[in-house]
This record gives sequence, C-alpha cells and structure tokens, in this order.
Amino acid sequence: MRIEKKKRMDHVVYVGGWRMLVALAALFAGTAMASEAPGGVIKPAHNDITNAASLQRGARNFVNYCMGCHSARYVRYSRLGADLGLSEQQVIENLMFTGERIHDTMRTSMRPEDSARWFGTTPPDLTLIARSRGPDYIYSFLKSFYLDPSRPTGVNNMVMPQTAMPYILWEREGLKEAVYDGESDAEHNAVHKHFKEFRVVRPGSDTEKEFDEFVRDTVNFLDYIGEPMQLERRSIGLRVLAFLLVFFLFAYFLKKEYWKDVK
Amino acid sequence: MSATVPGPQSGERSRLGALADWIDARFPMTRMWKEHASEYYAPKNFNFWYYFGVIASVVLVLQIVTGIFLTMNYKPSAADAFASVEYIMRDVEWGWLIRYMHSTGASAFFIVVYLHMFRGLMYGSFKNPRELVWIFGMLIYLCLMAEAFFGYLLPWGNMSYWGAQVIVSLFGAIPGIGESLVEWIRGDYYISDITLNRFFALHVVALPIALIFLVIAHILALHEVGSNNPDGVEIKKVKGPDGHPVDGIPFHPYYTVHDTVAVVVFFAIFAAVMFYAPTMGGYFLEHANFEPADPLRTPEHIAPVWYFTPFYAILRAVPSKLFGVLLMGVAVLSFFFVPWLDRSRVKSIRYRGWLYRGFLFAFAISFLALGYLGLKPATPSYTNAARVFAVVYFAFFILMPWYTKADQTKPVPERVTYHAH
Repeated sequence: MRIEKKKRMDHVVYVGGWRMLVALAALFAGTAMASEAPGGVIKPAHNDITNAASLQRGARNFVNYCMGCHSARYVRYSRLGADLGLSEQQVIENLMFTGERIHDTMRTSMRPEDSARWFGTTPPDLTLIARSRGPDYIYSFLKSFYLDPSRPTGVNNMVMPQTAMPYILWEREGLKEAVYDGESDAEHNAVHKHFKEFRVVRPGSDTEKEFDEFVRDTVNFLDYIGEPMQLERRSIGLRVLAFLLVFFLFAYFLKKEYWKDVK
Repeated sequence: MSATVPGPQSGERSRLGALADWIDARFPMTRMWKEHASEYYAPKNFNFWYYFGVIASVVLVLQIVTGIFLTMNYKPSAADAFASVEYIMRDVEWGWLIRYMHSTGASAFFIVVYLHMFRGLMYGSFKNPRELVWIFGMLIYLCLMAEAFFGYLLPWGNMSYWGAQVIVSLFGAIPGIGESLVEWIRGDYYISDITLNRFFALHVVALPIALIFLVIAHILALHEVGSNNPDGVEIKKVKGPDGHPVDGIPFHPYYTVHDTVAVVVFFAIFAAVMFYAPTMGGYFLEHANFEPADPLRTPEHIAPVWYFTPFYAILRAVPSKLFGVLLMGVAVLSFFFVPWLDRSRVKSIRYRGWLYRGFLFAFAISFLALGYLGLKPATPSYTNAARVFAVVYFAFFILMPWYTKADQTKPVPERVTYHAH
C-alpha cells in the first residue's frame, strides 16, 4: 500500500504541482513579512490585546488625552464596557464626561470646522487608525515628537514629519530634541545629517518606563477599537477548526469505505 | 433521488416514491439527478488538481450567500458606505464573520480558480472536445474579475476609491472615444456616489446572474463531453458490457464523498485565514482601505488587490499607456485561444515532452513573479524584471503552436493509470 503511494508521488507532474503550491505559499509569507516601515524609526509596540487592565488604562488615556480633538465614531461606550469588563456605572463614571448616553459612540466635542481652522486640518477619526497604520506606527509616532522652533506647534515628528498635531503628551514625557550624526558647515547648518537619538531637554512627570507603558496602553486600546471582535475571533476559530477536524475524520473514513471497491 | 432511499416503513417509502413519480411526470428531477450525479461517469483517476472545480463552486455559493447577508446592512452611498461596513463589523450580530467570509472568499476564489486553470493547462482539458468547456471557464474568469473589481469599490475605502480611479481611467487610453467612455462608465466626472451605485448594481445583480448562468453552461458542456483526467485519456472509448466507461465511476456517491474531504480541508485553511489573519497582512484587505475614500488624498502606493497584479505589472511594464492597456487585455484574452494554439497530439503533460513542461513551468513562474512585481512600487529594476517576465508570459502563448508540435510526446495508454487507494 505504502509502496503504491510512493510510486504515484514519483510522478513528475504531481510532485511539481506540490512544489508550485509551496512556492505560492512562500510568496505570500515573503510579501506579508516585508512591511513598509519607513527607515528604522518604527519600533515594535509589543502591545498585548488580551491584557484587559492595559486596555482599561488605554481607554482612560484615550478619553483624557485624545478625545479632546479626536473621535472614535464607530465605537460605542456600551460595547467598550462589555469588552473591557467594566460595568455600565464604571463606564459612565470613568470614561464619559460630556453627558453622552451609554449606547452613544465616542465623539469629540470639538467641531470639525473649528479644528480645521485651528490646526489646518481636522484631526482624523481614530477608530481604524491601528488598522490603517498599524500599532507599531502609532506607538513610534507618539514617541517621536521633538522640539522644532520652525513649526507653528513648536514640535515636529520623526515618524510623520510636519504633522499638524501639537505635542499633547509633553507634560508626561518631557521635551526632547533630536540629535543628529553628520558634519556641520561654518554656519552650523548640518550637512548629510541623519537622525541618531532623542535627548531629553526637560523631564516630564513620568519616568521613561512609565511613559512607555502609557503609550503602549493607549496603542493597545486603539488596536482593540480597530477591530473589537479580535478578542473573540481567535477562540471561535479554534472551535471551528476543532469541529472541522472531527468532520474531516468522518468524511475521510466515509470516502475510504466507498472507494475500497474502486479497482 | 428520494425514490432510491429506503424509507423506515414501506408505506412511507411508497408515499415518497409516489411524490417523486408525481414530480418526474412534470419535471425531469430524477433524470437530471442521474445525468449529472448518480449516472455521470467521471474518470476514477482524478488527483489533487481535480478538487478545485468543486471548491470553486462551493466558494461561489459562499460568496452569494454571504453577499446576500451583507446587502441587508450595507448602504450603497458615498455618504454611508464606509460607515455601514463598520456597522456590519461592530453592531450587526456575526456581521464581522459574514464580512470576513466574503472578503476572504474573494481572494480564495481567485486562488482556487488559478489552480483550476493551471490544472486545465497541465492536463490539456481545453483540447478537443472540451474547447467550449474552456471558453465558458474563461468567460467565468472574466466575469469574476469584473465582479471583484466592482465589489472592491463598495467598502468606499481610500484604496477602493483610488483603485477604481486608476482602473477606470485605463479606458481613457483608447484613442478618440477614451475620455467620453470613462465618463460613461463613471456616470460622472470623477468616481462618485453615482459610480458607487452603479458598481453596486453590477456587483450584486448583473454579474452574479452572469456568473451563475456561465457556471451552469460550464458544467453542462463538461457533462456533455465528459471529464478529462490526469492521463488525458478519453474514458468513453473503452466501455464495459453495461455501456458505461470501464474507467469511469458514478459521480455520486464516489466523487461526492471524495470531494467532501477536500472541501473540509479547504474550509479548514479558509477558517485559519479568516479567524487568524483576515487581512492576510494587508493582501486580502489592504491597510489603506481602512481609511474612508478621500478624493483629495491619494494613498502613498496604489496597487490593485493581489489577484490582478500579474496584469497590472504587465500594464506598467509598457512605457506607452495605450499599448500597456492593450497588452494587458491581450494577456487576459490569450487564454481563450489556447485550444487552437496547442497543436500537440496528446493532452496530458504526463505524455508530453520537456518542451511543453518547460514552457508551462516558465509561464507559471512568470505569472507568480508578475503578481509579486505588481504589488511593488514601479522602480526601474522592478519594471525591467516585469518586462522579462512579461516576455516569458507571452512567449508561452505565441510560441505554443511551434513547441507543442515539435515536442517529443510519449505514447498515450488505452486506459487510465490508477492504483487503488
């Protein structure tokens, strides 16, 4: 029986066909891994979507620091509470400040026409920011503000140069300047400069570790609101696959039974 | 069919049998069942590659059913489309699952259809008498591409918008009528609410009807001439005393149980993607499509979804837009002529020589390579690589009459190769 099988597999085309599939799979894997991170400034966020405490802290950070300007217009407070293990009362007391009702979505109080006038552009809705940009991008973005007197906000960003966003987290992180490698000319204008590191000019209220956790929690929350069902879909997937495995066994032996008389 | 199933009691059985007789007197139920299942004799030596036809029809059903449920909550308007998709993803019970099934199904459809087409090329399934089976199949493929293209605009993400913008504007390359044609397709001066509405109509009504019709034609044509097999042997040539092909077995129950196994394995792979990597790293659902359509902001890098990228790479490999569009069209339409380009006496690659094997292998590699290059930005080195692979791609078709004739073929056996398993 075994030898018979081997003989079939020896067939050039049959084996070639399998190789083709493997090549196709490799192509997918290869392209999926090559992410489009711009030159080295993107750092991994290492956020953990299953960490409910982190998500709760992230929700707190979001309503306190982000929602002044940004909405999450597809996210309902009620869903948030249910997913994050918070009671309705806890959600109302800790996350809702402007008289919304529990089934409302997270909207900023800032009017879009006002923000467009104040910042030059309306701050984007953040519901899907983690899906369009990725958690690593947001994590790196929030940690890459540096002093730049040439900007109207006084700061610039290494990940998104010329961003219109002011540095709202400066009190926590402190203020940094960018340090560059490279030579300077006589007027102290850098030539061939490339970014080396940030240097803290004025410390903030957080330690470096505290701030890192603060950003990670916030990014974790954004990751979660981008796709709330990701908390459940993996475990549902496991059950579906388990069912299919059992189904497979039945289907396989049924086939065997029928085919034993095909000579 | 119910007439053949023994009921628990003879009284019940005869009642079911009477019902079947009643129907059969008015509708060819039993006859059709026999013709297409219980007495459709398929070669017994189908291998791995013969699963994809059945799987493709399973995916078609999946797309139609999930599509019906999606339209219950989707709103085809520029103002509401994006939000309605998020509503499906968040507020509709199991909406996310339906949506992921549909989006994963789109990519799965193309993977399965590409493997199905490759099978046809390997075993000469397009050759006499199956030219029409192949032609119907190619028409299905064309409809599928149109279906996927129209469907991709519906979420109204920024990549939807700009993808449609780029593809529709290709028609502008046609001299004379180009610009007015583009305007006619869009129904507006730019991709707008009007465009979205007509794409919706085409995606959910016109093309599914065409697809279903063509799939029926594809299967009817196939059942008229009988299935090919990995040996490329016509099983109808050797018939037993009962008048049935000696190497054939009834599709039901043999292939229904056989294909059930394959469908379960397919579902497992499908579920693994859907539950663990629904965006497939940005290839099944593109990152830029999680931002709403914005006519004023172009995504950094516009690439069509992966299943179009081989043709997109060919388009970009040509410096002139008009000739690029033409060549892209030819790249798709070339498949139609394969039954007449192939001059070989044998069908299956098993009995063809190294020339056909070599050309087919080079073609498959260049198709994959073009697909990869079409996803990448058009840098000079990538474009040059795309040109090389495009030449290989077209050489497969253009040189086919020559190499299939010159090929050293082996004698084809009378009967199929089959080892009991």
